[in-house]
Amino acid sequence: MATVLSEKQIAQLKRRVKETPHPREMVLDVLHAIQDANGWVSDEGVELAAIILGLSPLQVEEIATFYDKIYRCPVGRKVIHVCDSICCWSRGGEALMLRLQQLLGIAPGETTADGMFTLLPTCCLGACGEAPAVRIGKTLYGQVALEQLESILDSERTEVAS
Amino acid sequence: MRTCEPLLFKNRRAGQTVFLEGYRKTGGYRGLQKALQDMTPASVREEVKASGLRGRGGAGFPTGVKWSFFPSDNAGEKYLVCNGDEMEPGTFKDRQLLLADPHHLLEGVIISCYALGIGTAYIFLRDAYRQCAANLERAIAEAEEAGLLGDNILGSGFCCEVHVHRSAGRYICGEETALLNSLEGLRPNPRSKPPFPAVKGLFGKPTALNNIETLANIPHIITGGAAWYKGLALTEQGAGTKLYGLAGHLETPCCVELPLGMPLGELIRDFGGGVWQNRSFKACLPGGASTPYLTAEHMDVALDYEPLEQVGTRLGTGGVVVFDDRTCMVAVTLNLLRFFARESCGWCTPCRDGLPLVCWLLERLERGEGSREDLAMLREQLLHINGRSFCALALGAMGPVDGLLRHFAEELEDHVRLGRCPFQA
Repeated sequence: MATVLSEKQIAQLKRRVKETPHPREMVLDVLHAIQDANGWVSDEGVELAAIILGLSPLQVEEIATFYDKIYRCPVGRKVIHVCDSICCWSRGGEALMLRLQQLLGIAPGETTADGMFTLLPTCCLGACGEAPAVRIGKTLYGQVALEQLESILDSERTEVAS
Repeated sequence: MRTCEPLLFKNRRAGQTVFLEGYRKTGGYRGLQKALQDMTPASVREEVKASGLRGRGGAGFPTGVKWSFFPSDNAGEKYLVCNGDEMEPGTFKDRQLLLADPHHLLEGVIISCYALGIGTAYIFLRDAYRQCAANLERAIAEAEEAGLLGDNILGSGFCCEVHVHRSAGRYICGEETALLNSLEGLRPNPRSKPPFPAVKGLFGKPTALNNIETLANIPHIITGGAAWYKGLALTEQGAGTKLYGLAGHLETPCCVELPLGMPLGELIRDFGGGVWQNRSFKACLPGGASTPYLTAEHMDVALDYEPLEQVGTRLGTGGVVVFDDRTCMVAVTLNLLRFFARESCGWCTPCRDGLPLVCWLLERLERGEGSREDLAMLREQLLHINGRSFCALALGAMGPVDGLLRHFAEELEDHVRLGRCPFQA
């Protein structure tokens, strides 16, 4: 389990859970911590979360698989979420998705061969006034023009390399 | 151009967030001070009721009436939950507020807790709002440091704590009982009602649930008074200001605070910059993705709860999404239904199976493969899905379908008659 989180991280989470009047409310915090450390939540991560929270792995699994921002499969270093909801659709969201597929050489749901990017469609990012919008890792890009995509990807790659 | 003195956006500056010092400079926390020092919890509740404030999260239920069902004076554990899930396409107002001025919400939460006899509040935020969560966490720390939150607030003896909960991305979490399950760490399916959350909510205790914009209005009602607040609206039955989101085919999409009851045409022309690329207005969603369309004949309709109900739609969240004259409304409706079908929690059959069926029918029509029988079946789904699902997600999903059938029946017929989408070359 120490490969998923360090002993220190596990101890910290266990302490927080113990101090919480309703430990189960922390299930997303624990899953977020595991995902932040590993990029995704593996079966081993689910089992570790269950131990930390005092739940069964199945109880954790039904939460982990419900939310679309918890990844239960390996993903790239950065996940690209392309908003396909109505505001982004009306301002070129579909063209952004097609261009990203061309630039990355992958289809939605796939990860680039170098493990850098995973491309996913997503529901509304809450950036309707800045449509079309894309989220890469933790960064939200609004009013994205097709011509900008290449340099955005380059800067994201550079950030990982540095 | 019609404007108003902003309340919720008074500290909004491009690219900046106002924290405690800036918030207090413009009168921040005076409402809390007045409530704690000069008013009883009951008188705060009465003021909110008299103000006519209606819930800004979409349903529009009168806040004071909702609070009157809450066992405010009973001893024991009770919770306030602020619904900041805001995942409906076209709706981005709460994000704008939290990016600009997080103390605004915090003050509203603390006053509301005082009014309802609550000691613990949770602010539930969607995954995408990480910066908003960080802003709120900083605001909470500042308020605690300043004696505005925590034990014995402003020496009044009132104690209150506020927690921020980050979700992980599902639209159903905006449904109030699904949100409670999510907060408890359960699978966020909606709960059966009754019992309503005011009776049995978070952790089985009485729980008040309100939207971010709703709660952010409370300090202004307390400082300005109910009569003043009510008079801010342009309509006789309306109350206060509204954060309108403007998106879609507009020159300048934006989020603006205006008097409740702005006429649709003025909003689009004066604040949205008009329809983009010199095209004409065809239709809009008046209040987020779950509201039936308005058309060019509705330009004078006031964007307030009753006037919109009179023309067969809803104010919803106030997120206006505009479509130009080159837009296929079948394609628009298909996009919206794909969203709702994907976001169904799968709990009940009308939603889990009905919404994909509606998508399938719309896809056939859009591809030019649809028949008159498909149109009849689409119409039938309004009867099979509306009112038959466990929660309101499916009902909301069918709002645009209802609007499509009422306002764009001819366009639907054209898809069948031509055997193709008339908007595609």
